[in-house]
Amino acid sequence: MFTNFDVLETINMVEKEHLDIRTITMGLSLLSCVRDSAEATATAVYDLVCKKAENIVKTADELSGEYGIPIVNKRVSVTPVSLITAAFPEKSALVGKALDDAAERLGIDFLGGYSALVHKSTAEYERKFIQTIPEVLATTKRLCSSVNVGSTKSGINMEAVRLMGETFKEAARLTADSDGMGAAKLVAFCNAVEDNPFMAGAFHGVGEADVVVNVGVSGPGVVKCALEKIPDANLTDAAEMIKRTAFKITRAGQLVAKEAAKRLHAEFGIVDLSLAPTPAVGDSVAAILEELGIETVGGHGTTAALAMLNDAVKKGGVMASSRVGGLSGAFIPVSEDIGMIKAAEKGAITLDKLEAMTCVCSVGLDMIAVPGDTPATTIAAIIADEAAIGMINQKTTAVRIIPAPGKKVGDEVNFGGLLGRAPVMPVHNCDSSKLINRGGSIPAPIHSFKN
Amino acid sequence: MKAVVTVTGTDKKGIIAKVSSFLASKGANIEDISQTVMGEYFAMIMMVEVAGSDSDLAALAKECSEMGKTIGMAIHMQHEDIFKAMHNV
Repeated sequence: MFTNFDVLETINMVEKEHLDIRTITMGLSLLSCVRDSAEATATAVYDLVCKKAENIVKTADELSGEYGIPIVNKRVSVTPVSLITAAFPEKSALVGKALDDAAERLGIDFLGGYSALVHKSTAEYERKFIQTIPEVLATTKRLCSSVNVGSTKSGINMEAVRLMGETFKEAARLTADSDGMGAAKLVAFCNAVEDNPFMAGAFHGVGEADVVVNVGVSGPGVVKCALEKIPDANLTDAAEMIKRTAFKITRAGQLVAKEAAKRLHAEFGIVDLSLAPTPAVGDSVAAILEELGIETVGGHGTTAALAMLNDAVKKGGVMASSRVGGLSGAFIPVSEDIGMIKAAEKGAITLDKLEAMTCVCSVGLDMIAVPGDTPATTIAAIIADEAAIGMINQKTTAVRIIPAPGKKVGDEVNFGGLLGRAPVMPVHNCDSSKLINRGGSIPAPIHSFKN
Repeated sequence: MKAVVTVTGTDKKGIIAKVSSFLASKGANIEDISQTVMGEYFAMIMMVEVAGSDSDLAALAKECSEMGKTIGMAIHMQHEDIFKAMHNV
């Protein structure tokens, strides 16, 4: 049983330390929606999503009330849309619109899966599909898009990398009036996972069941407060404290995930052990790193502290959940973390340091604003660097970068809400276009041949 | 089902009387109480049996919290499973 101390500790975590379930994400297979025209397919998609997910908000609100833990986001992920519009890729936008309409009707903030998987090479229908992404992101509100451009098993598809550099630029350009919001709903992945509940990169893999519930837990504030109680502990003890805290947080996620799956008549998928910050004060991953002893995140030692944090979160979380998956690690999105925003404003954290940090945590260069005149090939080169880290280290890496139209270093983009705000960060000005325009692919690394 | 009710805030007269009669009026049976006052800070934790379905609990939890505001106390009612999950291996 539990003690009075345990009860008060849980309440304190929610009331003062921002403990929450970050997202309940329902994964839906759209494979049964393929029809002989784009219009009929779009209708089938709309109907399926509205029917299968109709109770997601109601159920999440009920669970939140019963357990006394906020469930911040209710979301849906779907089969990569490029697969179901392969017969009419130019008209993929119709399905995108149907998904956005369905999300609005369900009352959810984001729906993910306007996606393509091109990690080995780009089929003609996928090339056409990717070309629709900027326009679709500019004309929808809730739809998120992702493209997997590489994997440890297949190497990096450099044509797709080049295409994604252009796609980010165009997505930002078409949404110039909102600081390039289109690019904030777009992710380029290496080693994308099929059961990620977090946006903007969520999609429902083809290896999944028809209807699945995945849950993302959070709680950077809880971890920071736990560390504050042992200010002089050595790092072994600090890691142990993080592990114990992650265990408790994840157990809450596991309980909610199982119960939500039961009530929504879905399979329980996974619990994602990520530490996801929000722009709120006291909900910052950067603040944990600073609590561990770095004056400002980005300083020397940041990568080491993050490696320890990420590992301890996983160790505590794996023990707490029967099925772990998704991205599972600490997130370091710049615009969504008040500590990161402050460090970026001071110039303490740079793109190069962020890239180093992504070697030891999930997921990648996330929510980073760069000058609007950054060439598409430079953005593609940033994606290639990040994909290389993922490919060689057999982990997921991602890039969500906003070439903010008309903005230069020192300006700020502001998306509001959970997406937050970010100072525009400098990129290296040297030209990488020859590398990017070579095309072809970077072959899979030798250590991927394990069969 | 069993729920945990916590009542915290500045100590004043009649808290236990008001909370327990409120719970009785909602058909909740108090099975265990632990209560302490530290300085001016009042903390009470109760285990209660609540009739009805899980969704009724969410509604009742909301009522408890609102009732708490009328007497200047923070009242939480939560399904016991959340504490079992978080604090037991």
